[in-house]
Amino acid sequence: MDSGYKALDYLKLDELLTEDERMVRDLVREWVDREVIPIIGKAADEGKFPFHFIRQMAELGLYGPTLPERYGGAGLSEIAYGLIMQELERGDTGIRSFASVQSGLVMFPIFRYGTEEQRQKYLPKLASAELIGCFGLTEPNYGSDPGSMITIATKDGTGYRLNGAKMWITNGTVADLAVVWAKLDGVVRGFVVEKGLQGFSAPETKMKWSLRASVTSELVFDDVKLSADALLPEAKGLPGPLSCLTQARYGIAWGTIGAAMACFDEALSYAKQRVQFSKPIASFQLVQNKLVEMASEITKAQLLNYRLGQLKQAGKMTHQMVSLAKRNGCEQALKIARMSRDILGAAGITYEFQSGRHMVNLESVITYEGTHDIHTLAIGADLTGIEAYR
Amino acid sequence: MNIAVLVKLVPDTEATIKIDADRRKIAAGEINFVLNPYDEFAVEEGLRQKEKAGGQVTVISLGGDEAAKALRNALAIGADEAIQVKSNGGLDMLGIAKALADAIRGRGFDLILAGKQAVDDDCGAVGAMVAEFLDIPHVSIVTKLDIEGDKLTATREIEGGVEVFEANLPALITAQKGLNEPRYASLKGIMASKKKVIEEVAATISTPKVEVITLTYPPQRPPGRIVGQGVDAVPELVRLLREEAKVL
Repeated sequence: MDSGYKALDYLKLDELLTEDERMVRDLVREWVDREVIPIIGKAADEGKFPFHFIRQMAELGLYGPTLPERYGGAGLSEIAYGLIMQELERGDTGIRSFASVQSGLVMFPIFRYGTEEQRQKYLPKLASAELIGCFGLTEPNYGSDPGSMITIATKDGTGYRLNGAKMWITNGTVADLAVVWAKLDGVVRGFVVEKGLQGFSAPETKMKWSLRASVTSELVFDDVKLSADALLPEAKGLPGPLSCLTQARYGIAWGTIGAAMACFDEALSYAKQRVQFSKPIASFQLVQNKLVEMASEITKAQLLNYRLGQLKQAGKMTHQMVSLAKRNGCEQALKIARMSRDILGAAGITYEFQSGRHMVNLESVITYEGTHDIHTLAIGADLTGIEAYR
Repeated sequence: MNIAVLVKLVPDTEATIKIDADRRKIAAGEINFVLNPYDEFAVEEGLRQKEKAGGQVTVISLGGDEAAKALRNALAIGADEAIQVKSNGGLDMLGIAKALADAIRGRGFDLILAGKQAVDDDCGAVGAMVAEFLDIPHVSIVTKLDIEGDKLTATREIEGGVEVFEANLPALITAQKGLNEPRYASLKGIMASKKKVIEEVAATISTPKVEVITLTYPPQRPPGRIVGQGVDAVPELVRLLREEAKVL
């Protein structure tokens, strides 16, 4: 009935969760056990996103779950949202990314910066996956420095014309709408760009060895005509898109630890079964050292995420705190995935096991939504008052 | 249609079971408890029959906190109402069935569903006994259920074939794997379940006619051995199966 996965909970964090947080976590864990784990290795090998997951995740209610019910959400706590991301990424980063983008980068900005009409028009359909969304901020020449973007919107009658290109866009090719950030009169503004508009195309990025079970795309805007109601009126300037990234990075902080928990569980059970020199490799000190390192870092990160969730719920979370958790989560999860792959020996390089897949996925996660170095500088600037990147 | 579903919380089938110091029950400890898998089929069938014919689904569980948790899980999947038959234990199968029947009687249920057995003690007795106490027809281990008006047709698998029964409602059915594909709960269902009030009724007390004397572990199985990998290992494997295990 499940895959035999035993989630590490060394400091009994379960006791701190509410009953509904545990129920939410267990529901997603069960779905991942039954639906994701059996097929995800093959999906990654074939480089295909399992499209039937989109509807299943909508039926579970995983898109925009913290939004009010009138917009299709479930009014969940921030910790419950974090646990969803943890469990999804335990399955695969690509699955978590899909839900992250739909919730944190598409539904959130429409909810936060859109008009009531825009909310009514898009949010329930995004929650039910009748519409799939993507988020366009990064450009070919502007990644860590989004403020210098060259995608531009110009006034055209009552509407706008959009020109430029976005890159590394999760879900781009399959999306029905894109939340696109462009400069209008020199100020970064958000636009909802619907699929099928003349001049808008979204070719898929091929030849990836990471996020293989996820669609990555480029967005191209060649004089795309937008109506006046495409503009998200409440976002003016870079803080708009950055606030979306704060949402998504919060989910990533939890998600990466989900991936790390999957790797630890796999390494532990393999080490106890794999016999060399007539005894399980788990009996060797060098292997135990790795397992202890993994368990320590996972436990620390779990506590960090839990506290971050409390602060977010209370409205006290700063974007630098999220930088700290995202930076730590990615770095530790990547190390843990590598250690697990090492314990698995040669078997670890196949899709029969999960750790290698998580390892290469995490190479993307440590880069997207703010690279490791950029988060270092964001926290550095917060501590010293000096922005090293300017 | 007014539908009742009997549910029970059982240890996760993956859980490692430890016997309590008194050797008469399992130690509570760190086991993860889940809704009995056969009860999931019963809940799903209740919801499907309701979706077809209208009405409502009431889930019923006997016990303490674990019963409330089972009910909360069933509400999250989509049940409308829940009744906890409060008991602190000490009942045998017959006593449990009597207490459940007493809680059910007079509520006008047209259809009562239960799992064919709970996967913890595997007794498979309570469903049938509840039907007897209520003096209504029952069909056990059902893999297909059709209801037309006040008549049901239930199919059960038997050795080498299938058996088809007809019965008038009200009736009790116990669910077998294959009856349906249970749905997942949803986040909205979980949040909505929080707002629902679980009705509490006291269990009828009765003196047990049987009691558990002792629990013991199954004999330890010796660890497996890997003799090699691939085609090269086959001769050695066959030799060991013939000479050591003596199964060939």
